[in-house]
Amino acid sequence: MSDPDTPLLTVPLDSLHRELGAKMVPFAGYSMPVQYPAGVMTEHLHTRAEAGLFDVSHMGQVEIKGAECAQWLESLVPGDIQGLGIGKTRYTVFTNDQGGILDDLMVSKLAEDHLFLVTNAACKNEDFAHMKAAIGAKVALRMIEDRALLALQGPKAAAAMAMVCPDALSMTFMTIRETSIAGIACLATRSGYTGEDGWEISVPTARAEDLARTLLALPGVMPIGLGARDSLRLEAGLCLYGSDIDTTITPVEGNIAWIMNKRRRAEGGFPGAAIIQKQLAEGSARLRVGIQPLGRAPARAHTEITDEAGNRLGEICSGGFGPSADRPVAMGYVPKAFSAVGTKIKLVVRGKALDAEVAALPFVPHRYFKG
Amino acid sequence: MSDMRFTKDHEWIKVEGDTGTVGISDYAQHALGDVVFVEVPEPGRKLAKGDEAAVVESVKAASEVYSPVSGTVIKGNAAIVDQPGLVNEAAEGGAWFFTIKLSNAAELSELMDRAAYDAYLKTLE
Repeated sequence: MSDPDTPLLTVPLDSLHRELGAKMVPFAGYSMPVQYPAGVMTEHLHTRAEAGLFDVSHMGQVEIKGAECAQWLESLVPGDIQGLGIGKTRYTVFTNDQGGILDDLMVSKLAEDHLFLVTNAACKNEDFAHMKAAIGAKVALRMIEDRALLALQGPKAAAAMAMVCPDALSMTFMTIRETSIAGIACLATRSGYTGEDGWEISVPTARAEDLARTLLALPGVMPIGLGARDSLRLEAGLCLYGSDIDTTITPVEGNIAWIMNKRRRAEGGFPGAAIIQKQLAEGSARLRVGIQPLGRAPARAHTEITDEAGNRLGEICSGGFGPSADRPVAMGYVPKAFSAVGTKIKLVVRGKALDAEVAALPFVPHRYFKG
Repeated sequence: MSDMRFTKDHEWIKVEGDTGTVGISDYAQHALGDVVFVEVPEPGRKLAKGDEAAVVESVKAASEVYSPVSGTVIKGNAAIVDQPGLVNEAAEGGAWFFTIKLSNAAELSELMDRAAYDAYLKTLE
């Protein structure tokens, strides 16, 4: 985490954000655009209807090279990295010895001896130190500090990309490719954090502004800030590290046990494996679920969840108003016995117990391009 | 018509006789962004100056609306409960939050007039 006394870092697109009228806020040690003049609501709805461009250059980008890099990375994450195909991307987490989550990340395989990782901004230095200490002697690790990261998301992202990078259209969800967008060499992943189709694009810092201006000039593309990024991912049921998952929550409790395949579940071989394997076999005491408030009042993070008799069950981890759902949406932790969709619960908002129920995730259907 | 007076928390009050109409300033609605939920006080509720009287929420955040004066709530504005977005359109007009029967009109002198509030906003930039 960043020291409040340390001056904020700036992203390569800082001056472009200011030119576009962004409201800049401190986030994970960086000055980042939380919204543009259009506002969170408009930016959110625009991304679902057309396409949005997000600057996520504060996130960590890491290269791992070495003959057995997949095998070594597997000693730190519960995901199947050895079995990941070349050109494919996978979501996984770093675990600690208690099975808790140190960070969530995307791993892409560019070659058998070359992995590309994208980690959270607030965790990137700790993640790198963790990898360095554990596997630094076995693989070549490099924090990529000379590249920006942009995300183009939304149902019209593909039509926009067609105009500057036809090559990218043959990619499917969760694949990666070195390509060229309007003549700018990029590393593009067909993935994102909105539930929509789109790409995350790693680009050399020196060309980041050219790329951003090129993409913003395409039909239907508008700049989107971190505010709408959060409401989009919440509707999509995607975890925010530090809110929905953290060092005290295992992948089983976090309801992301799907990140583990049969082999990794059986073999273990990652920090906290015994604890996680026990939870896989027996179930965990608590679980992250979708929560639908039945009234109009949003229930924010840390709102208490009770049963209908008022007994404490847990709390909301992420909650707010879903502009596309057009109602409040939330996620929270409840005991397993209360985790079935439709279970009636109460949310204590400003002292009042409001009606809610456990809901299926996502709140807005994913629209990934699976080919 | 009397003039609006403002608090440092960006509420306004307009008083006619012993009845005040309370809302949030245009600056406040702009800072909040798109308003998606509003809760207004029940008639008859007694409020002391500075008490939490109402709630206004945007996509991202919830904020309290504090009563600029002491008194008894006459009514809340049902229109903004039904259509919270009105707060963005007419914060200092039709999108008032509640009316209140003042119990101590002297409290008004502690509030800022428009010129003082505008000067105060400049200090926030």
